[in-house]
Amino acid sequence: MEFLFQLYNDETRWDRMTPEVSRHEIGAYLAYTEALREAGVYVGGNPLQATSTATTVRVKADGTSSVLDGPYADTKEQLGGYYLVDVPDREAALAWAARCPCASHGSVEVRPIMAIPSLV
Amino acid sequence: MRQPRFSRSAADNGHSFIGLRELNRQRAYEAAERAARESYGKLLAYLAARSGDIDAAQDALADAFASALERWPHDGVPRIPEAWLLVAARHRLFDCRRRDVRSERLHASLVAAARDAQAEFERSGQIEDDRLAFMFACTASGIAPEMRAPLMLQLVLGLDAARIASAFLVAPATMGQRLVRAKRKIAAAGISQRSGTLAEPPGSLDAVLAAIYAAFAAGWDDPAGIDPRISGLAVEALWLGRLVTDMVPDDPEALGLLALMLHADARRAARRGPAGVFVPLAAQDPARWDGAQIDEAESLLRRAARARRPGRFQLEAAIQSAHAECRFRREPAWDAIVALYDLLYALAGSPVVALNRAVAVGRLRGAPAGLAALEAIGGGAALQTYQPYWAARADLLARAGQTGAARAAYARAVGLCIDPAVRGYLLERLDGLPEDSARAPAAGLDPPTALPERRTGSP
Repeated sequence: MEFLFQLYNDETRWDRMTPEVSRHEIGAYLAYTEALREAGVYVGGNPLQATSTATTVRVKADGTSSVLDGPYADTKEQLGGYYLVDVPDREAALAWAARCPCASHGSVEVRPIMAIPSLV
Repeated sequence: MRQPRFSRSAADNGHSFIGLRELNRQRAYEAAERAARESYGKLLAYLAARSGDIDAAQDALADAFASALERWPHDGVPRIPEAWLLVAARHRLFDCRRRDVRSERLHASLVAAARDAQAEFERSGQIEDDRLAFMFACTASGIAPEMRAPLMLQLVLGLDAARIASAFLVAPATMGQRLVRAKRKIAAAGISQRSGTLAEPPGSLDAVLAAIYAAFAAGWDDPAGIDPRISGLAVEALWLGRLVTDMVPDDPEALGLLALMLHADARRAARRGPAGVFVPLAAQDPARWDGAQIDEAESLLRRAARARRPGRFQLEAAIQSAHAECRFRREPAWDAIVALYDLLYALAGSPVVALNRAVAVGRLRGAPAGLAALEAIGGGAALQTYQPYWAARADLLARAGQTGAARAAYARAVGLCIDPAVRGYLLERLDGLPEDSARAPAAGLDPPTALPERRTGSP
C-alpha cells in the first residue's frame, strides 16, 4: 500500500539555523531516507525549493487563465518535501511518519495513494 | 466529550519555576481529575456489568463526567463523587428513549442498574467496585492483545479515543472503530458481576498486567533497554498498576509491575538536561532521581519476593533496582544484571531481552563480548527497524574501535528515531566519533554505508 508523506514546516527556520544545527538536520534527513531504503519501503522522495519559487496556475470555466507568483495557499507551515513509501498498512505508515525529522519540528501529513486501475 | 490532559508534575516541567498559586490550582485540578476518573471507572463498571450495555452506560456518563472535570477543580470534589456523577447521569438516562425493542430492553436494565446504584449509595455511601472484573473483561480471549490496553484506558479511566490513538500512533478514527468493536465483544461475552478473584480464567491477571505494561510502554524509544522514554500514558498506567495492587494485594507479579513502572518513572526528570537534551542513564545525576518513588518500588519488590514466585515483571523490576543502586555506588553491578537478564531470557525470551542482555554483557566483559552476544541474537526482521538495536550496536562498535561500522549503525539509529531529543543525542555521538583512518568493516557486520554518498530524496 503506497502512502505519500507531505512534510510541512516553517521554511524560514532553515535560514535561522547555525551551520552545526543545519548539518545535524540534514544528517537526520539523510539517515531517515537511508532507514526507509534499508527497510525496503522507500519508493521516492524529494525536498522542494522554497515557496518563493512557486507559481500557481489556474484556468477558469471561460477558458481564461490566471498565473500567480507564489504558492497555492499562504500558511504558516509550507509543504517542504515529500516521501512516497510502500508499506503493508496505515499503521506502518504512521510509524514511519513519526520517525521523520519533520514530525518533530513541523508535521507530516500521511495520505494513502488512490490506486487507479490500468486503462490499457 | 472534553477530556483535558493529565497535568504533569512540577518536575516534568524541567527547570521552569511555577508560582505557588499556579501550583495550588494545578493540585486542585489533579485531585478533581483523579476523583472524577476513579468514580467514572467505578460507576461505568457497575452499570455496564449489571446492564450489559457498555455503550449506553458510557453515553449516559459522558456528559456527567465532562461536567465533573469542568466543575470539581473549582467547586471541590463532592463528598461521594460517584453519587454526584450518578445523579447527573440519571437525568440523561430518563431523557433518551431507545428505538428498537432490544435496545429498549437494555435501556431498561441500565435504568434499573442506576437505581440499584442509587440505593447502594443511600444504604452504605458506596457501591461495589467492579473495576477489576472490568479489567479482566478487557483481556478476554476474543479481544486482540493490542486492543486490551486501549480498552482499559477508555473504560477504567475514561480516556477518549483520540488521546489513546495518539499514544499508540494509530489514526483516531481507526482507534475509535476498534474500540467500538472490542466493546461489542465484551458485551457479547458478558461481564462477570463478581469481582475478579472468583472463577477467573487462569492467566487473565497476566493479561491484565501485560496490557498495563503495554500502556506504560506505548510510544517508547528505549535506547539502552532500561531507560525508556516515559510515554504520554505513564501516569495512567501507574494508576492502573496501583488499582490492581490495591485489589490483588498479594500477587507478586502485580507488585513487580508497579515496582518496575515506579523505577522507570523515578528517572523521568533526570532524562532531560538543560534545554531539553537527552541524558542517557549512565550520564544521569542520581540526585535528580525521585528517591521516594525508588524507595516505594524497592519495598514493593521486597513484598513481592516473599511469595517466592519470580516472574517477568519482578525480574525486570530487579534489573531496574540494580541500576538504582547507582544512588550509592559508581557503577551498577553488571554481573548481577547479566544474571537477571539470563533468567528473564529463559522465562520470556525475546529479541529485545537478548539485546538488553548484550548491552549488559558489553559493560561487564567489554565491547567485543557485547558485540558477540549481539551477533548471536541474529538480527531478526523486527530488530532491523528497532532504533535501540542500532543505538546499542553503534555504541558497542564505537567502544570496540570499529569506527566506520559504528558510524553506519548510529546513522541507522538516527533514521529510526522518533524522539527529537534522542535523535539529537545520537547525532552528537556520531559527531564525536574519531576520524576513521582504516575504513575496514569488521568481519561479520554489515558494510558501513557512508552517508554523504547517498544524497537522494531527503527534504
